[in-house]
Amino acid sequence: MADFQTALLTAIELVIRLDPDLMEIVWLSLRISLLAVLFAALIGLPLGAAIALWRFPGRRVLIVLLNAAMGLPPVVVGLVVYLLLSRAGPLGHAGLLFTPTAMVIAQCILVIPIIAALTRQTVTDLHEEYDEYLRSIGCGALRSISTLLWDGRFRLLTAILAGFGRAIAEVGAVLIVGGNIQHVTRVMTTTIALETSKGNLALALGLGLILITLAVAVNATATAVSDTARRHHG
Amino acid sequence: MADGLARTLPAAAPAQRGSTGDSLLPLVLDRICYSPDGKTVLNDINLELSHGLRTVILGPNGAGKSLLLRLCHGLLKPTSGRISWAGKSAALAAARQGMVFQRPVLLRRKVADNIAHVLAAKGVRRKDRDALVLTSLENAGLAHLADRPARTLSGGEQQRLTIARACVCDPDVLLLDEPSASLDPAAARAVEELIVRIHASGTRIIMTTHDIAQARRLAEEVIFLHHGRLLEHSPAEAFFTAPRDPAAARFIRGELID
Repeated sequence: MADFQTALLTAIELVIRLDPDLMEIVWLSLRISLLAVLFAALIGLPLGAAIALWRFPGRRVLIVLLNAAMGLPPVVVGLVVYLLLSRAGPLGHAGLLFTPTAMVIAQCILVIPIIAALTRQTVTDLHEEYDEYLRSIGCGALRSISTLLWDGRFRLLTAILAGFGRAIAEVGAVLIVGGNIQHVTRVMTTTIALETSKGNLALALGLGLILITLAVAVNATATAVSDTARRHHG
Repeated sequence: MADGLARTLPAAAPAQRGSTGDSLLPLVLDRICYSPDGKTVLNDINLELSHGLRTVILGPNGAGKSLLLRLCHGLLKPTSGRISWAGKSAALAAARQGMVFQRPVLLRRKVADNIAHVLAAKGVRRKDRDALVLTSLENAGLAHLADRPARTLSGGEQQRLTIARACVCDPDVLLLDEPSASLDPAAARAVEELIVRIHASGTRIIMTTHDIAQARRLAEEVIFLHHGRLLEHSPAEAFFTAPRDPAAARFIRGELID
């Protein structure tokens, strides 16, 4: 118990004096996850909207797969990306394995299904409501999609936040494709795993505190967003 | 009060745009049947509407009034038969019509942006939109609410907004589906007054209602629909004093018809 208290105090001290090692890790984690979510949103939003609006064979199966993919095991995604990027793999020549880029790719794959599935649901619901109005005014396909995405903006923002929450907290995929190399691919979750096994509880706890704070902040933002939406737009 | 209003306004400004030769009228429905999933809900509807009258499609709930309006606007395709607006197909003619639904469909945006959305969809240039939005809101008595989120308006304000939105591009024909069915009397009166003003400015009105009192206030001609059949098409005065159809007569007396 005394060990834990000492560790916790050291952890808090590390956070308060913005320890450079700690900050380097936090900054890399944020950069990787924010980039992953950015690309996942660029792919997931139009993909979700397209699945919501177009009828094509196999659509229902795709929706089931997409919803299931929200729970993809990160280690499996890590393994697949590892195989693709490893020297013998199809994308091996690019030399991306054990780089932050590989970690962005892995997290992006984990987040796309979350954003796409929630976008599909949002756009489907809104389309049901707006369809006759949009057809009545002769709204074209592109403008219809942008109308639905804009009017679903609050729910979509919540979906993006959920994606960020998954990316920043995930450990399996980035550990496999990043390799947890000091000063290169070491992020919060992988460092916690490593330092805990080494017995360096202070750094692990410090990062844990920051992760929890981030999770709370993300959820608070999501709640504030949906409250605003309800208040203003019913 | 709205009763009085409807009578004191000029009967019609008959088809001002009809004389320019590019009007959408006459509307001709030729042996229209509509049977989704094999169940016939509109049966052999024949109809011709030409003058600039206010037409009310009257009938009990489930008569097929809303479907008929949607078919005319091109939102649904008839199973058989032909609809033409001055020779044009329903889909083509829709661009010069406005449509108001029973439940207001409002975008999750500000009141003014709801109007601007239609203008953008119709290709009105950005710099011309503001003035049109303002005029349209003023006509509907909503200018003071321009910056409010549309969905926080009261039911009556919401419906007047959808009417203003449907009219912002100055349509030849305004179609309204039970526009005041879920409103309290004061809000319904405001909606009726707006409809009468829009009609007076030269827009052809075709609306549905199941409310006999409203039909009496607004109708210049009545189309009576029951069980998917068009049973009577008469001038309003004739319809309400001496209906030819027995079911219509009982409906006007306020009896439950089946």
